[in-house]
Parts: sequence; structure tokens; C-alpha cells
Amino acid sequence: MSATANDPAPQRPSSWTARVREAAVTTLPPEKLLPEGQPTYVASWIYVFGVASLASLIVIVASGTILALKGPAWWHYTGVGHFFNSIHLWAVELFFFAMVVHLWGKYWMAAWRGGRSRVWVTGAVTFLVAIPCALTGYVSQQNFDAQWISTQAKDAMNSVGAGAFFNLTNFGQMYSYHVLLLPAAVIALVVAHVLLVRRHGVVPPFELDKR
Amino acid sequence: MSGAYASVLGAVLDLNHPAHVVEWQFIKLSVANVVVIGLMLVVFVLAIALPFPGATARRAARRSAGER
Repeated sequence: MSATANDPAPQRPSSWTARVREAAVTTLPPEKLLPEGQPTYVASWIYVFGVASLASLIVIVASGTILALKGPAWWHYTGVGHFFNSIHLWAVELFFFAMVVHLWGKYWMAAWRGGRSRVWVTGAVTFLVAIPCALTGYVSQQNFDAQWISTQAKDAMNSVGAGAFFNLTNFGQMYSYHVLLLPAAVIALVVAHVLLVRRHGVVPPFELDKR
Repeated sequence: MSGAYASVLGAVLDLNHPAHVVEWQFIKLSVANVVVIGLMLVVFVLAIALPFPGATARRAARRSAGER
């Protein structure tokens, strides 16, 4: 049925929930949010490291939640606690490893092309926020390693004038940053990053015949 | 870790000493970190060079279907 001059103009929905829904569906339609497949150029090992970072982050959050529920005595003095502590540590190592290779891959294929600048920026900021997230974890271990790292890092913070706001020797402050504030920031940035990738599509590689 | 496992691992990797470091001008890195950086570079090169399983078949199927 075609529109005629007598048809009333489409009205803006009065409820804010309907307006939010319409904006969300317009920005990211379901077929873009959950596509049936990816372009053929995604079938390459260099495209694997984004999802490898994501998988590591899921393991980090799951093992970290268990560690937070059980507490330092558990992760220091029981076999299962040691196991989950190690899972958490090695998932972090893998997260950074995969994230660095992902970053190199995206840098050399100029992943900000085609209106993808926000995809690039959210990824880069995630990397930067993940660093203090890991640092606060190392100083929250409750052992001599944590004591050494915190006293060394304290000097670094004081040398740049940030010691009054970020006290590495204050366990309560560091633990709050590590289990709530910084993980929340990392997860929010990763969600934004993935949604932006869905919206703009995975960046294609440079074509050889365009050199 | 039990004493037996610790001594077996200790025979392979003696960690009972200060970390070895690589120094060049103002750059100072532990050998462990240099190894990780080297591994990341190797994995990066392999990720570009190695063929992805099923990629050729998938590309051919899409091409015959007229998709990208």
C-alpha cells in the first residue's frame, strides 16, 4: 500500500521506552546484531585474536568472581584455591597476549577505516584501562609479591603526582578498584566495542590490487 | 605443590635467583618478558602466514553463490 497526501505524518512515540527501542533497532537491526555468517575474509587466523581476548575475559571474570567469594585464605592455603588463583592469573596473561596480537593485526590493517574510528578508540581505551585493572590485581594478592609491587608502584604514582588519588599501599582501595570499578569499565568498553563491530562490520583487509 | 613436583620442576626451571634481565641503553626487560614479546611476534607472523582451515572451500562456495 502506498502513502498518499492525505495520510497522517508518522507520529513520534510518546513513551521514552518506545523511543529508545526504535533508536536501538534503527542503529543496530537484529540481522546486524546477530548475523548468520561473516564475510569470507574473516576466515583467517589474524581475525581470531579478538574473540580469543573475549574468551579470556570471560574466564577472568568467572574465576575472579569465585576468588572474590572465597577470599585470600582460600586462594593461598587450599589446593582448589591455588588452582583458581592460577586460572585467574593465566587467563589474564592470555588476555593481554591475545589483545596485543589483535591490536597489532588491527593497526597494520588500519581498522579505523570505513567509519570505524569509534571501534578503534574503544579497543585502544580498553587496552589502557585493562593495565591498571591487572596492576590492582597484582597488588591485591596478599603476599610478598603484592607488597613488593605496591611499594615500587607507589613511587611511580607519587612521581607523577597521582599518589593522593591512587594509593597502591591501601589494600581496600586497590581491591575495590580491582573487583568492581576497573572490571566494570573494561566490560562496558568491551560491550561497546563488540556492538560497534556488529554495527560497522569486521574491517576488511587491504586489497592487493589497489596498491 | 608437593615437594616431589617442586623438585622436578625446579630441576628444569631454577627460579631461586633474581630475574635475568636484558639491558640496552635505558631499556631494561626481564628475560621472561622478552620471551613473551618474542612469542607474540612469532604468533603474529604465523597468524598472517598460515592458512585458515576451510577458508579456501568457504571462499569458493561464496563465490559460486555470488556473495562476498
